[in-house]
Amino acid sequence: MAITMTKGQVGLTGNTAVAYAMKQINPDVCAAYPITPSTQIVEEFSGYVADGAVDTEFITVESEHSAMSACIGASAAGARVMTATSSQGLALMWEMLYIASGMRLPIILTNVNRALSSPINIHCDHSDSMGARDSGWIQLYSETVQEAYDNLFQAVRIAENEKVMLPVMVCLDGFITSHAIENMSLLDDAEVRQFIGEYKALHSLLDTDNPVTYGAMTLPDTYIEFKRQQSDAIARAKDVVSEIGKDFGNRFGREYGLMEKYMLDDADVAIVILSSAAGTTKVAVDELRKKGKKVGILRPRLFRPFPFKEVADALKGVKAVACLDRVDSMSGFGGPLFNEVRSSLYESEKRPKIASRIFGLGGRDYKVKDAVGVFEELLKIAETGKVEVLTKYITM
Amino acid sequence: MATLKELAKKNELFSGGHRLCTGCGIPPIVRLILRSANAPVVATTATGCLEVGTTIYPYTAWRIPWIHSAFENAAATISGIETAYRAFKKKGKIPKEKDIKFVAFGGDGGTYDIGLQALSGALERGHNFLYVCYDNGAYMNTGIQRSGATPFGAATTTSPAGDIILGKQEVRKDLTRIVVAHNVPYAAQASPHNWADLSKKAEKALKTNGPTFLNIISPCPLGWYSKPEESIEAAKVAVDTCYWPLYEVENGVLKINYKPKQKRPIGDWLKMQGRFKHLLKPENQALLDKLQGCIDAEWERLLSLDGKVI
Ligand SMILES: Cc1ncc(C[n+]2csc(CCOP(=O)(O)OP(=O)(O)O)c2C)c(N)n1
Repeated sequence: MAITMTKGQVGLTGNTAVAYAMKQINPDVCAAYPITPSTQIVEEFSGYVADGAVDTEFITVESEHSAMSACIGASAAGARVMTATSSQGLALMWEMLYIASGMRLPIILTNVNRALSSPINIHCDHSDSMGARDSGWIQLYSETVQEAYDNLFQAVRIAENEKVMLPVMVCLDGFITSHAIENMSLLDDAEVRQFIGEYKALHSLLDTDNPVTYGAMTLPDTYIEFKRQQSDAIARAKDVVSEIGKDFGNRFGREYGLMEKYMLDDADVAIVILSSAAGTTKVAVDELRKKGKKVGILRPRLFRPFPFKEVADALKGVKAVACLDRVDSMSGFGGPLFNEVRSSLYESEKRPKIASRIFGLGGRDYKVKDAVGVFEELLKIAETGKVEVLTKYITM
Repeated sequence: MATLKELAKKNELFSGGHRLCTGCGIPPIVRLILRSANAPVVATTATGCLEVGTTIYPYTAWRIPWIHSAFENAAATISGIETAYRAFKKKGKIPKEKDIKFVAFGGDGGTYDIGLQALSGALERGHNFLYVCYDNGAYMNTGIQRSGATPFGAATTTSPAGDIILGKQEVRKDLTRIVVAHNVPYAAQASPHNWADLSKKAEKALKTNGPTFLNIISPCPLGWYSKPEESIEAAKVAVDTCYWPLYEVENGVLKINYKPKQKRPIGDWLKMQGRFKHLLKPENQALLDKLQGCIDAEWERLLSLDGKVI
C-alpha cells in the first residue's frame, strides 16, 4: 500500500503503519523472514529498500533463527537493527532472543501476535510473545494501529538508552490490529529523526583498532554477575519508558505511560487486559457506566519489566479484578497477566478479589457481551466477597 | 603468496595461553588463517572447542574483534556483521579505503549438521566472507559424539564399537561438494600439515569477492585416541591416504592441489587412531574394505574432474 501522506490523518493497517515507521527510522540493517500475520511488514519494507526510500541493507535470511542471529551480528557491529515476526517465527528465534538480551544489544522486533501450534492457527493470541516473556526483552503491547506505530519510535529510544541497552519487542494483535485499517496520524520524517537521534554503539565489532570479544564463555564465578547487571538494566527500563512516553507526548501530543487506566479511578471492579481487546472492553464499560455500574479497565502497555508497584497502586481502590489473558500459561493456575497482577497485589493492604479468565485463543472473537459478562460476575464478587471460580476459559 | 618468513613476521592475532588441548589441530589452523589475511579480520565462532577454549571470561585469546553467539548460526551471525559493514560503508560511516575481512569458524558439528541451513543461506545470499570448517570428525567439545563428518566405522560415544554394531554405520557427508553446489567463487579442502597450501588457500579465499569456504582437517588427540605429538603427521597421512584430498574449486574449475606419488592404504591412517581399533581386526576386514572403497571412489571421481569445469 503506497503512502503519499506524511502528516495528518490517514487510514492504515497495523502492518503498513509498522513498515512505514521502519522506513522513517531507516535502520542500518534489517533481517527478516515472512510469516503470517506479520509478512506484510517484511514485504512493504522490502519495497522501500527496492525503491531506495531507505538506506537499510535488508538480509533475506533463510529462517527466523538466522534473522535474529544476523540481527545480533549486525547489532554487535554497531548497527541500528530491526526485524519483525509472529508465532512460530518468534518460537524459532527463542534461543537467540536470550543471546540478544544477554549481550545487551538494542535490537527492535515487531511481533504481530499469533497463536502457537499445535494445532496450527494463524490468528491472534499472545502465546508467542508470552512464551518469550522471560527472555530479557522489554515488551510493549499496543492497543491500536496508532499506538503500534508510535511505540516503534519509542522502542528505539528505550533500547538504545545507555541505562538500558536491551532489545525491545513491540507487540500488536494479529489481524485485529495488523490487518484492520484505522484512522491515525503520521509523524514527519524530520520529527522522527529528531526524536530518535543517531545511534553510536559503545563497542562495535567493526572498530578493528579496538578489538572486543563478545559472547565469551563464563563459569559459575562470573555468570551470575552478568545476569544481575541485566536484571538491574531491565528494572531501570521502567522509568526510561515513562520518560520517553512523556517526551513523545510533549513533542507530538500523544503521551504514553506504563499503562492506560479507563474509568478506573472510582471503579468498584476492573478488568485488566492487554492490547486490542481493551478497545472492546471500553465499549462494555461505556454501556455499563450508563447503567450506573462503576466498572473500569487497566491496560498495561509495558509488560516487561512488569510495573508491579504501579499496577498495585492503580488497583488499590477496586473490590474485584479479573485478569483477561489471551493465552494460557498451562500452569493450571491462569494466564501470565493474572499471575503478575495477583503477585503485584500481594503487598497491598486492601487486596481486591481476583480471578483469571482465558479468552480469545487462536483468534476466537471477544465481544462486548463477553466483557459485560465478566463485569457482571465481578460486580457479584464485589458484593459477596466470594470468588466462585478462580480460573476459567471464556468466549467458548 | 607469503613465505614462511613473512608469515612468521606477522602479528600474532591469536594469543597463546588458550585452553585448547595439546596436539589440537585448531590453533595452528586459526593462526595461519589470521596471518594470511593481509587486512583486519572480524571473526565469529560457532559453539564448540574453539569458542570454549579461547574465551573463558575474563580472558580472550582473540586480538581481533570476535563474537560467539550460538552453535548453529555462525554463518548467519557473520552475515549480519558483514551487512552492517556494507551499510556503514554506504552511509560513509566507514572510510571507503578501509577493507575488513570477515571469517566464520565452525567445527564439523556446527557446519555439516546443525549449522548447515545457516551456511547454505549465507552462501546463497552471497555475503562477502570466508567460512572455515575445522573438521575433527565429531562433536568433540561435548565428548566425542558422532557427526555427519565422522568417518565410516569410527567409534564415538554415540556410535560406539559394540558387540553387534561396530562404530558409525554411515558414510560421511561430503560437505565440500555441497558447498560447491552453491556455485561459490572459491571452495577448498586443506590440512594444517601443509602450511603453504593452507596459507595460499586462505589468502586466495580472503581476496575473493563473495562467499568462500575452506574445509580443513583438524586432528583431535582426545577424540581420535591418537598421540598429541603425532597430530600433524596424522593430518599428513589423512592426505596421503586420500582420506582428505587437497583440492580447490575456483570459479567452477576443480583442481587437485596434491597427488600422492604413492597413495597409502587407509589402514596406515586408521592405525594411528584408537577410534578405528576394531576395524583393524581380521574379522572386520569387510568394514575396512568398505571404507577403502569409499575413499578410492571419491579419489577416482576427483581425478576424473581435475582441471575441468564442474
Ligand atoms: C542448539 C545447541 N545444541 C547443542 C549444543 C551442545 N553443543 C555444544 S558444542 C557441541 C558440539 C560441537 O561440535 P563441533 O561443531 O564438531 O565442534 P568441536 O566441539 O569439535 O570443536 C554441542 C553438541 C549447543 N550448544 N547448542
